[in-house]
Amino acid sequence: MIDRKDVEHVARLTRLALTDAELERMREQLNSILAHLDTLRAVPTEGVEPTSHAVDVVNVMREDDVEPCLPQDSALANAPDPSGELFRVPRIIEE
Amino acid sequence: MHQPIHELTEAYRRGDLTPTAVAEDYLGRIGALDGKIGAYLTVVREQALTAARESERRWRAGAPRGPVDGVPLALKDVMCTAGVRTTCGSKMLERFVPPYDATTVMKLREAGAVVLGKTNLDEFAMGSSTEHSAFHPTRNPWDLARVPGGSSGGSAAAVAGGLAAGSYGSDTGGSIRQPAAFCGVVGLKPTYGRVSRYGLVALASSLDQIGPFGQDVTDAALLLGAVAGYDRRDSTSIQAPVPDYAAELAKGVAGLTLGMPDEYFPDGMDPEVERAVRQAIEVLKGLGARIERVSLPTTEHSLAAYYVILPAEASSNLARYDGVKYGLRVAGRDLIEMQSKTRAAGFGAEVKRRIMLGTYALSAGYYDAYYGKAQSVRTLVRREFAAAFAKVDLIVAPTTPNVAFKHGEKADPLSMYLNDVFTIPGNLSGIPGVSVPCGFNTNGLPIGLQVLGPPLDEARVLRAAYAYEQATEWRSRRPDLS
Repeated sequence: MIDRKDVEHVARLTRLALTDAELERMREQLNSILAHLDTLRAVPTEGVEPTSHAVDVVNVMREDDVEPCLPQDSALANAPDPSGELFRVPRIIEE
Repeated sequence: MHQPIHELTEAYRRGDLTPTAVAEDYLGRIGALDGKIGAYLTVVREQALTAARESERRWRAGAPRGPVDGVPLALKDVMCTAGVRTTCGSKMLERFVPPYDATTVMKLREAGAVVLGKTNLDEFAMGSSTEHSAFHPTRNPWDLARVPGGSSGGSAAAVAGGLAAGSYGSDTGGSIRQPAAFCGVVGLKPTYGRVSRYGLVALASSLDQIGPFGQDVTDAALLLGAVAGYDRRDSTSIQAPVPDYAAELAKGVAGLTLGMPDEYFPDGMDPEVERAVRQAIEVLKGLGARIERVSLPTTEHSLAAYYVILPAEASSNLARYDGVKYGLRVAGRDLIEMQSKTRAAGFGAEVKRRIMLGTYALSAGYYDAYYGKAQSVRTLVRREFAAAFAKVDLIVAPTTPNVAFKHGEKADPLSMYLNDVFTIPGNLSGIPGVSVPCGFNTNGLPIGLQVLGPPLDEARVLRAAYAYEQATEWRSRRPDLS
């Protein structure tokens, strides 16, 4: 069972400002879903390699050639707050 | 009009129809009917007509570019379209205009296809009903009170309702096959890596795959051929030649062995669905296929494994929506407050739930118990399919345990997730699968037969679906939208 503090911790980790009502509903729903996910414990998997991908592809390499890429103005066109050649963000470091 | 694509292009060849007239007809139907169905989020009328006129010139000159030249198609709004907004059904991307085309979109444009618009979906492809788009729900053309399935519900409803000649969706846990079954059309999830994911907005990168919806199996084969193949921009795409899928269709099922998994006919499934699927398998037997029972015992744990792996990958993929590079931004005093408010305002309830679930499953102390465990269960699912395909050529099963449900009927998240129990194992193991209509229940709602095959054996999967389709008349039924 996860409690309200766990839910608040995960919301902070993933950068979601949830309301009190959302946190409470999330706690209930996550517990209900996790109860189902916990049924996985019944599956014997000792010595079974994990699968991260359905296709066994490793280290796909290419030549390190310079090619045309997305122009800067295209890359900035959707930015909520562009500034010249840059993406602007609110203050990160305290004064 | 509203003939399948292979008949449409025959009519272009003969000069009986022109791409412009057909595009205008489809745009007219969208204008008249999409207010009821809600299949589209964006319609690109002028672009479509321009593409249709260019196609018309090629057909007139006797030099079409191939089987989709001049064909009006719809694209799920998770595929990036240069200059045309791509919302993923989310407030987060309401005004996002991609600077480039997805590889699939580029291939379709180069092949002369006429893109009509972008179709509705559950936000960021998370859902099984297309009720959870941030903009509006999509309705099932067979019964407007019911859902079209999801998450590619707009693409399925567009084909079923005659609002596109064909369409594309993406399938992460059943998001093509399930809505195809609910809407009475053909929906194909190719082998993972068969179609490039470049420019497909990522949900769960190890599971996502683009595939087509067709009015019939031949259309699905043609639409797969138009987009399949290796792409150096997607390092997970497979380097294998693309066969002529349509050319293999008529080979029949005589001599093939079809496996019927016990676990796909559980107690408590909708008896009308079970009856229709068993009858469909009898039809295939009558056509010369051998039917053999197979067992896929980890099926019952696939759903739980999937609901660890998918949220884990999704929570990482959706970390990019941070209010900096593109998408919504809500102001905040500092970076963390800005990001937290942006994500709270931009994402809907189901997306938040899965991000939270995935972040929890990946967080310190829980990683092995959830993510590690789920990945090992995924290995078991793959092994069981491999063992089954050592004995049988294909697997036949229901696509879904039930028919289309009513809007608002599945309010509990877990009951919604249970819709995908028969489609999820195919994504976990990366194998191809198709849903083909196999009848209607007493309320006139479509039922889907699922055919699954070994990796890269789309040709054989389609061949069995085609044999069944040609032996039955289901495809002649159309929903009444008057």
